[in-house]
Amino acid sequence: MTGVADAPPIEVRGLVKRYGQLTAVAGVDLTVGAGDVYGYLGPNGAGKTTSLRMMLGLIRPTEGTVRLFGRDPMESVRALDGVAGFVEAPTFYPYLSARRNLELLAAFDGRGAPARIDRALDTVELQDRAGDKVGGYSHGMRQRLGIAAALLRDPKLMLLDEPATGLDPAGMRDMRLLVKRLAEDGMTVLLSSHLLGEVEELCNRVAIVRSGAIVYEGEIAALRRSRPPAGTFYRLHTTDDERAMAVCSAPHGITDVRLARGHVEFTADEQAVALLSQALVESGVLISELAPQTVTLEDLFFSLTEGDGQLGTAATPSPGELVGPE
Amino acid sequence: MSAAAATARRWGALPGVATVYRWELFKLRHQKRTYLGLGASILVPVLFVIAVHLRRSHEHGGGFAFSDYVDKSGLAIPLVILLFGAIWLFPLIAALVAGDIFASEDHNGTLKTVLTRSLERWQLFAGKTLAAGTYAITAILLCGTVGVVAGSIQSGFNPLQSLSGTIVSAPRATELVYFSLLIYLIPITAIVCIGLLLSTVTHNSAAAVVGTLMASLVFQLLGILPGLGSLQPYLLSTQFNAWQGLLRTPIDWTPIIRAIWICAIYGFTSLFCAFLVFLRRDVAGG
Repeated sequence: MTGVADAPPIEVRGLVKRYGQLTAVAGVDLTVGAGDVYGYLGPNGAGKTTSLRMMLGLIRPTEGTVRLFGRDPMESVRALDGVAGFVEAPTFYPYLSARRNLELLAAFDGRGAPARIDRALDTVELQDRAGDKVGGYSHGMRQRLGIAAALLRDPKLMLLDEPATGLDPAGMRDMRLLVKRLAEDGMTVLLSSHLLGEVEELCNRVAIVRSGAIVYEGEIAALRRSRPPAGTFYRLHTTDDERAMAVCSAPHGITDVRLARGHVEFTADEQAVALLSQALVESGVLISELAPQTVTLEDLFFSLTEGDGQLGTAATPSPGELVGPE
Repeated sequence: MSAAAATARRWGALPGVATVYRWELFKLRHQKRTYLGLGASILVPVLFVIAVHLRRSHEHGGGFAFSDYVDKSGLAIPLVILLFGAIWLFPLIAALVAGDIFASEDHNGTLKTVLTRSLERWQLFAGKTLAAGTYAITAILLCGTVGVVAGSIQSGFNPLQSLSGTIVSAPRATELVYFSLLIYLIPITAIVCIGLLLSTVTHNSAAAVVGTLMASLVFQLLGILPGLGSLQPYLLSTQFNAWQGLLRTPIDWTPIIRAIWICAIYGFTSLFCAFLVFLRRDVAGG
């Protein structure tokens, strides 16, 4: 089976997976272009892993299509030519050594994969422990072995499901460096994660998934632009948040006032903030902190994945960027 | 390059059923349960021979086929073991691997690892099925061979009296013992297929192994329940006695032929269902 020329590495249209009454994936559309490092971001249980399993042909979609380089993974395993990765934690035969595991997988891959074992072990820096049984490996070593197993396929597209989850800080750093290196070599990477820093650091494009549906797809930079500029979103800590709320709600040019966990949040311009601080003091409310907040991916993520899933009244995303749940 | 050479080269480069089969055997060689089953196949005839050796001289017979001959010919010993092994020993040995071979991959999460390589599901299924069958064949032949050797040491490599009362020379009796083992493999293969079905359906190794054994015991229970006598020729448990047809003069082929088609029905039905389940199932765990 050959791929369609110029077909994108991943093209998903209307992907749905239902288990009885439960809808795990609710109409996902996404396109991953060649060379993208694409973040597939969502809280636990949002349907990320289920989507990845469908992309790899492990589970059958209830509706919709997946195309990898134009080929359907449900039709034949040949659709996975040039594709590698793992879902959830990479798994191996614990009673075999890492090298034996790779030899087995390379044999199942054919096409020169056995010759790539040493290079793959070198890449993930497991050459010294290759003779040890995988049963004795730490979580981080298994993650790295998972990458090595993927590299045996000489992939052009790598699908990684939460590759840094469960790793210690050093392991997370190493994993990110590894993914960066793969991306620099021109590999297309789809990276599912709930670690926002990881996605922010590694990915150029992102899809944010909530309850099985994509609520945003596009560039991270565009997502940032969909929020008010940094400096207009404030966080206020006072001695009396209730009274502070009342003062903020008075007409001072302040909008989007809300009581958050132990503080008040609002949107305002600099002049309004100056007037507000004066009004607060006059009301007998003492200010312990009043600071402009930069909009992080985390803010955006929570805006999209909690509450009503909207970016907030100040946010006006470009058409097509914010995708409402179906 | 000729088309044949190109095809051969392509086949050489791409993995297939033989690749899976080879690696499944490799994996079996590294698993404890394999040695548990093969160990039992060796230990049981050895223990049986020790028991025969320790038996007091006046304790003869047991009222079953060849029970009176275990002291006279070592070749009777593997046949007696076949007789008793049908109750639970050999079904359990066969189930140890057949019930585990898919379920353990599910449990360990390795199924998703191998299914995202360059193998079609049917190739994986075929390779694993062949490996489970190979293990069962090895176990039965090993048990028979140990029985012949240990029995011959204990009671001598002597002629054997057939079930029809005729005396069969020792070399001919050895042939018949091995043919009996082969006939015995027919119901064992059906048991393997049931094990494979339960392994694919339950995704749970213990449930599949115990389930296979329970299925075997249920067949035996049905065979002894009053009022179900008409069912007996068609029960899987009955086919474990088909080899006795070889030990008659002339050979009685009727039970053997019946065993072939009845076991084929049990085996192919189970295997086909297992195949469909494996082919279509979602690999969602692990």
